[in-house]
Amino acid sequence: MLAAIGARSIKDLFDDVPERVRFPELDLPAALAELDTRWELESLAGSNLTASDCACFLGAGAYNHFVPSVVDAVLNRGEFYTAYTPYQPEISQGTLQAIFEYQTMICDLTGMSVSNASHYDGATATAEAVITAINVHRLKRRKVVVSPFVHPEYRAVVRTYTQGMGLTIVGDENGGSAGLTDLLDEETACLIVQYPDFLGRVEDLSGLAEATHAAGALFVVVTDPIALGMLKPPGEFGADIVVGEGQGLGAGLNFGGPYLGFFASRKKYARKMAGRVVGQTVDAAGERGFVLTLSTREQHIRRERATSNICSNQGLVVLAAAVYMAALGKSGMRQVAELCYHKAHYAQQRIGEINGFSLLDDKPFFKEFVVRCPEPVQRINDYLLDEWDIIGGYDLGLDYAHLQDHMLLCVTEMNSRDEIDVLVEALGEVTS
Amino acid sequence: MTRPLIFEISRPGRCATALPALDVPTADLPSSLLRDDLPLPEVSEIDLVRHYTRLSQLNYGVDTGFYPLGSCTMKYNPKINEQMARLPGFARLHPYQDEETAQGALFLMYHLQEFLAEIGGFAAVSLQPAAGAHGELTGVLMMRAYHLDRGDDQRDVILVPDSAHGTNPATTTMSGLKVIEIPSDARGNVDMVALEAACEEHGDRLVGMMLTNPNTLGLFDEHVEEITALVHEHGGLMYGDGANMNALLGIARPGDLGFDVLHYNLHKTFSTPHGGGGPGSGPVGASERLAEFLPLPIVDVDLQRSDDEELFYTFVDPPKSIGRVKAFYGHFGVLVRAYVYIRMLGADGLRRVAEHAVLNANYLKGRLEGTYPLPYDRTCMHEFVLAGPPDDVQAAGVHTLDVAKRLMDYGFHPPTVYFPLIVHEALMIEPTETESLETLDGFVEALLRIADEARADPDLLHAAPHNAPMRRLDEVHAAKKLTLRWKPE
Amino acid sequence: MKLDPKARYTEEHEWARQDGDEIVCGITDHAQESLSDIVYVELPEVGDVFDEEDAFGVVESVKAASDVYMPLGGEITAINEELEDDPELVNQDPYGDGWLIRFAPDAPDDFDGLMDAAAYEAFVAEEEA
Repeated sequence: MLAAIGARSIKDLFDDVPERVRFPELDLPAALAELDTRWELESLAGSNLTASDCACFLGAGAYNHFVPSVVDAVLNRGEFYTAYTPYQPEISQGTLQAIFEYQTMICDLTGMSVSNASHYDGATATAEAVITAINVHRLKRRKVVVSPFVHPEYRAVVRTYTQGMGLTIVGDENGGSAGLTDLLDEETACLIVQYPDFLGRVEDLSGLAEATHAAGALFVVVTDPIALGMLKPPGEFGADIVVGEGQGLGAGLNFGGPYLGFFASRKKYARKMAGRVVGQTVDAAGERGFVLTLSTREQHIRRERATSNICSNQGLVVLAAAVYMAALGKSGMRQVAELCYHKAHYAQQRIGEINGFSLLDDKPFFKEFVVRCPEPVQRINDYLLDEWDIIGGYDLGLDYAHLQDHMLLCVTEMNSRDEIDVLVEALGEVTS
Repeated sequence: MTRPLIFEISRPGRCATALPALDVPTADLPSSLLRDDLPLPEVSEIDLVRHYTRLSQLNYGVDTGFYPLGSCTMKYNPKINEQMARLPGFARLHPYQDEETAQGALFLMYHLQEFLAEIGGFAAVSLQPAAGAHGELTGVLMMRAYHLDRGDDQRDVILVPDSAHGTNPATTTMSGLKVIEIPSDARGNVDMVALEAACEEHGDRLVGMMLTNPNTLGLFDEHVEEITALVHEHGGLMYGDGANMNALLGIARPGDLGFDVLHYNLHKTFSTPHGGGGPGSGPVGASERLAEFLPLPIVDVDLQRSDDEELFYTFVDPPKSIGRVKAFYGHFGVLVRAYVYIRMLGADGLRRVAEHAVLNANYLKGRLEGTYPLPYDRTCMHEFVLAGPPDDVQAAGVHTLDVAKRLMDYGFHPPTVYFPLIVHEALMIEPTETESLETLDGFVEALLRIADEARADPDLLHAAPHNAPMRRLDEVHAAKKLTLRWKPE
Repeated sequence: MKLDPKARYTEEHEWARQDGDEIVCGITDHAQESLSDIVYVELPEVGDVFDEEDAFGVVESVKAASDVYMPLGGEITAINEELEDDPELVNQDPYGDGWLIRFAPDAPDDFDGLMDAAAYEAFVAEEEA
């Protein structure tokens, strides 16, 4: 090969690299054979304690939901996972059709007209929703009103993303949500709420939607797709943009990623939507097929005029979600939601009866609820783990000053009645 | 041939998953908050599996054949990666669990940070960004924050070469900054005269420069050290787009060349799969002076909780962090795959990756440059660009697009087309290191035959592909008659 | 390359015609040809005010998105709503049914300072060379 190129050695090919820095000795551990690699990784994985080993009651944005075996069976097909972005549609119909089906199902789940082919996660999808709203208003409105009960990390990401855009983000400073609508004015580009909210609660959003529209702003709802198996979709409340975390749709926990940010909107915002989107068309023989479309919004064409720089999205996780939604389908998604709902309510009722523990309020909730604890949450969780092999709930004191010693507990279809009863028993012994 | 959508094979009453019966008493349902209707498909498991199996057969992946997409580094995705990422000890780990229960995961993340820092020549690394573009946004926001932190608040300009990937200028705009485009010279390098002029004119407003090296032409910039020195001289910082790292592993470290911050693409250089468009992972490396601005959190050793036997790993927040760029910690599942890859190659293996990637690219270039027009007659790195089909073929009305579509009939995925924008009718070819000599020769043969076909029968190419699962698809129709979802009749 | 002899032209390939107190504006035949099939046109709102050379809209084909610029400064008085459903009008009849906007110019006398058809034709020929 070198002869064909006319080079004497491979080293010669790197003559353009400054000699001073060329061919550094990298200080990395010696190469491992496959056998040894397995041993090391199994050892690392084995040293973790997970929802495989323990009963898990932890949620707060990442959920222990059931992943049917068909999801992985499909994801493991090399034609899917070793393919690139479907820029050459004639040999990428597998990916393209799967995304088109995903887009359709997300629309039906959320009650919206269009969906894109994903953002990185729920947090970045929320940030992109803000950017979309700003662009819909042609950069003339620079204020965002956000509920304090949108996931704390989502609100943080929105602020990081928009730090160079000169926006004012209000509504969540003090941890209380009273007066969100009071903050709406003709400077407001959008109002963002979460449904169910970070504390698990569900409420009718129509009033908020009306107030937001009256101010000429966009109503953005961050939601949980598992909840939408039974709850009224945000589209029916008047949402303009619906975003959220699709992790529960077959992505598994995976220590935080890769997850899935879905983004759906009203039809009129389709061209302002960032991210890839798949559309239907025909080929030269008149057959139905699918292609990436509306590409002129994207960075590779608009460059500095693009509204977002997103290129890669969540590809394979989109496929997982599509398979999940098809595998569970009309009846299964409803059933999963109801299992979560009833189990969570059973747990809440029993825990509310334990001496020393009390419930935050009696608002309707889906699969997560808040309990005031007689001791710091950290201490209770250490106890639950050490003595009962239970992964306890989220410490709300980390994010809300007025919620010290309050735990956010999550119950899903993965928690059996026995597990819940054991949790109740374990908590019962906290004050004794 | 009609290929049904999942909705078209749906039948009422079917479900592919059996769920357990409810084992607790039912609670009251909030009827006003319940949905009426859930129009999702109803399919049996066998129909579901057949549906997706058939769809997969319409796809072309690296596992199918040669995939010379320039700038994408479509190397082989090792199967061991897939197995290790799926270990329950990783897959069932909740991100908010107590760190004590996640030490195996934190160990992996910490050491991957260290490996990437060593490979790139940086002081610190964040694994949080989810993709290359995400890493770019992170890096540019870090540069901006650095200047603001020093009270240098009049800087608002970023220099971007005209050969840059579209994400570079898009990122600049998202960060609230302005793009100044710098042309390339006849050798494919950044035009130093233009760069000097831009630095003179905008020097005190310069945030920095975004540079891809090797660049999107596949060329190592002959003045890279002058460039980084010049930008630094004017108080600016250097952002490195690490998309083309495959040519640099063990060959040169961007940090040593003067880059202050760089993103890596784990789904390119480090073998994690492309997944049909993602998930990727775009960790960011930072020099000493930018390390404190990295997104939070990163993994560090907690000496208090460590002992002689074992180190304890924990999340910490860089003191002047730009903030969080996504929820949780990053694409952990992708990080596992990259970690495995680096562990299995070691320093020598990584160096061989770069050497063979560059050798393969130069070999292809050498065999094709007699027939296809080569705009830059220089040794290339891991990829190179041709200026379309041979001149006489272009004159007869056959373009890069037609060549690309015809390549499918030969069983190859086309190269990248019409990028970078500075080459007319661009064809960007990146073979990667994981291809054999016979594969490369087969690809050359195909391209040479296609050039002949174009002369003898141009319509054959205009109507290509002929043997792919679909004929050429009408993108104009898709954009005009916008149909982004299925609707029942 | 078709030209409208009654129109004036800009270097960004827009044409402008006087109609009473207003100016009608669109893109030239040369422009529509380079873009090929136009799939979408983004237009401003009636009442929007722009300076000369400000971008007032975007013309999109499958592969490109081109900004369109004001030949003169002014306030938008009408937009071509037909283009919402039939963007190909811009390809088919760029100087007629494919018009983009009407506006009230701040400085109507500046109209004569724009290139005439002959000057534009020469300008395009030079650009191509």
